[in-house]
Amino acid sequence: MTSLTEISAAAPSRLVARRRRIIAAIERSAAYLKLFGFGWVAPFALLAAGENPKAQAKELWRQLGIPLLAIAAFIALWGALAPRVHTSLGALPGPAQVWAQTENLYADYRGERHRAQAFYERQERRNAELLAADPHAVVKIHPYTGQPTFLDQICTSLETVFAGFLLATLVAVPLGVLCGLSPGVNAAFNPLIQLFKPVSPLAWLPIVTMVVSALYVSNDPTLPKSFIISAVTVTLCSLWPALINTAVGVASIDRDLVNVGRVLRLSWPAMLIRLVLPSSLPLIFTGLRLSLGVGWMVLIAAEMLAQNPGLGKFVWDEFQNGSSQSLANIMVAVLVIGSIGFILDRMMLALQAAFTHSTR
Amino acid sequence: MTTSDRQANSRALSRRQVLRRGASAIALASLGVPAIRRARATVEKDTLKFGFIKLTDMAPLAIARELGYFEDEGLYVSLEPQANWKVLLDGVISGALDGAHMLAGQPLGATIGVGTKAHIVTPFSMDLNGNGITVSNAVWAAMKKHVPLRADGKPVHPIKADALRPVVEQYKSDGKPFNMGMVFPLSTHNYELRYWLAAGGLKPGYYSPSDNSGQIMADVLLSVTPPPQMPATLEAGTILGYCVGEPWNQQAVFKKIGVPVIADYQIWKNKPEKVFGLTADFAAKYPQTTVAITKALIRAGMWLDADNNANRLKAVKILAQPNYVGADANVIANSMTGTFEYEPGDKRAAPDFNVFFRYYATQPFYSHAIWYLTQMRRWGQIAISQPDSWYDSVAKSVYRPDLYFAAAKLLVSEGKAKQPDFLWSSDGYLPPNNAFIDGIEYDGRKPNAYLAKLLIGLKHGQRIEGTKVTG
Repeated sequence: MTSLTEISAAAPSRLVARRRRIIAAIERSAAYLKLFGFGWVAPFALLAAGENPKAQAKELWRQLGIPLLAIAAFIALWGALAPRVHTSLGALPGPAQVWAQTENLYADYRGERHRAQAFYERQERRNAELLAADPHAVVKIHPYTGQPTFLDQICTSLETVFAGFLLATLVAVPLGVLCGLSPGVNAAFNPLIQLFKPVSPLAWLPIVTMVVSALYVSNDPTLPKSFIISAVTVTLCSLWPALINTAVGVASIDRDLVNVGRVLRLSWPAMLIRLVLPSSLPLIFTGLRLSLGVGWMVLIAAEMLAQNPGLGKFVWDEFQNGSSQSLANIMVAVLVIGSIGFILDRMMLALQAAFTHSTR
Repeated sequence: MTTSDRQANSRALSRRQVLRRGASAIALASLGVPAIRRARATVEKDTLKFGFIKLTDMAPLAIARELGYFEDEGLYVSLEPQANWKVLLDGVISGALDGAHMLAGQPLGATIGVGTKAHIVTPFSMDLNGNGITVSNAVWAAMKKHVPLRADGKPVHPIKADALRPVVEQYKSDGKPFNMGMVFPLSTHNYELRYWLAAGGLKPGYYSPSDNSGQIMADVLLSVTPPPQMPATLEAGTILGYCVGEPWNQQAVFKKIGVPVIADYQIWKNKPEKVFGLTADFAAKYPQTTVAITKALIRAGMWLDADNNANRLKAVKILAQPNYVGADANVIANSMTGTFEYEPGDKRAAPDFNVFFRYYATQPFYSHAIWYLTQMRRWGQIAISQPDSWYDSVAKSVYRPDLYFAAAKLLVSEGKAKQPDFLWSSDGYLPPNNAFIDGIEYDGRKPNAYLAKLLIGLKHGQRIEGTKVTG
């Protein structure tokens, strides 16, 4: 029979073991949390678990305290310096005005939703009158004819960048694999890649516009010309990082692995799927991540000129408006563009971690 | 009376009775049918996209949409701002836009092949006047010395380009080019800026088939800038002045970067400005739709000028929305509510600064089209002389008063407009008019005689070869 002392002696060890398991779990998850920018949750959890408060406090300061302080300092500096810069559109907006404009943009969005509702109600009323006068009349429901709100424009930008990025991936990865596997193909494509890599999206745009206008003759509202032009420009500028990284990744597979493949007399497809792709996946993902980053940057410029109804067009229209709120609106757009770029980058990093167990 | 007469009488009586009964039946029936049903003919295409440039004279489009005039005609219209006039024209030609707010010269130039060739027609003139010429503060300071002043010390208006001539000559002797901006080679601004400069003895430059910069033999170099970017370009010093529509002249005043020197109604009183353009294919394929669009736009024009401009402030509030013109409401109001500001603080009365319906502003007149054609010929965009009949045929193929009158007739029958609002008796030519800054009389029926009266410009039989005038 276990005595009371034995039980009381066993209990702390069970607690200790449980605590150690919890701490181990928190530390494992810390890596994933860090990926999403939530790395500071781990020290809090560890603190709650009672683990080494001093070390956790230091960790918290480094992960959360310093960045917050830096952001606060930036906002303070911005708020102090901005009113001193006088442009012809008024003083440069400070953080307060930018926040006010964010609220205005949201209010505009709500206003537009109301107007859309009123529009549909008017339409229903009109259709009902038509039907009452002539039961066999043909009535249609027309979509709302208002202009896209800021939130709609964000969605359009995201759709466009993903369309362009997907196209770029479909072109860059197979081509990169080919270039990596065969030095001959690499030598053939290399001069072209080096020639077209530095070209700016603004230089591609007129050519893309002319070609798309000539080849794409339908006026289908679901796939407007401006969308295709922006997406193709994003593809042309963002496929180079993916292409080069894939080629390098494939070319730098361990020679031993290739020899193993030869020894086992693996067929080409098998070698590709079992050896080449898995070992070059980290670099491929790095390339894709860079591609998405470049694509997002290029998109804003492409949208401005191709007039695709996304964030680029929002910035351009605000500049054209020249109203006293234009600069603040443009700054809101800049912050939103930056935030979305950051989120996209983190998403790719998370995907990379999921696929390759590394975040190189 | 014979029996047959009596029979004829009785038949006539019964016919009259039938007619009377029929008329009363129709009247009773029409009381019960909602007005909307009567107003709307079956439009062939009801979902439309129109383009516009951010200028206050896109107002008829915005009003027609906001006040439901388009919806009353059964049209569902979305309005899309365009980056510049070229993109807008290309959009209409390619079919991406069903119609657009256009410069009066664009349908004409496109139809005769100056720039991209396409047959564009217009059933509706959007407004008269509405532009101004602004110069930078430095140029104004130099100009002011040559401008006669009133007793109260303010400049005498209209300010002629004679005051600019010494400034341009000073720049020339300093070896600096004198650059000015306008919005498009086929724009009304291009032609009125050139008219104003030429009336003051300055050469604005020629076009030739091989050189379409428009700067051949020019004292003042004119180049293209889209309207919303003009204040920024003026501020940067790239141009020393520009001719543009509102709100960009008043914007320069508010930002203190320039001074408007003349409004275009002082260059030519009640001159045609913007038109609503569609492709000829669209008008042929969808005639009912085109008439319906014209009806809605006429109603918008009427509202804008109603009761001596009583609705203008409401219009300004609508235009200040970021999806329409977007500039601050007080800047837009500065030119739309009966005044116009020149030097800072010098606000002069300008009730007709822009006119949307008065003086038959919405009616497309051939003589208006022909004036623009004469100016295109004057500066070489039309390379060789053409007979008067050519001008007449081009005007008739582009301007469509037939569609306008069809729309006007429907509006009068619906009680939404009055019979005297329209000039029914017009054959498209307004009487000869000399309300120009230099007093030269213009008769639309005799374009070549008019060209001969203009001092600076190509005369009959002349053409530009290389950098010289020949012939």
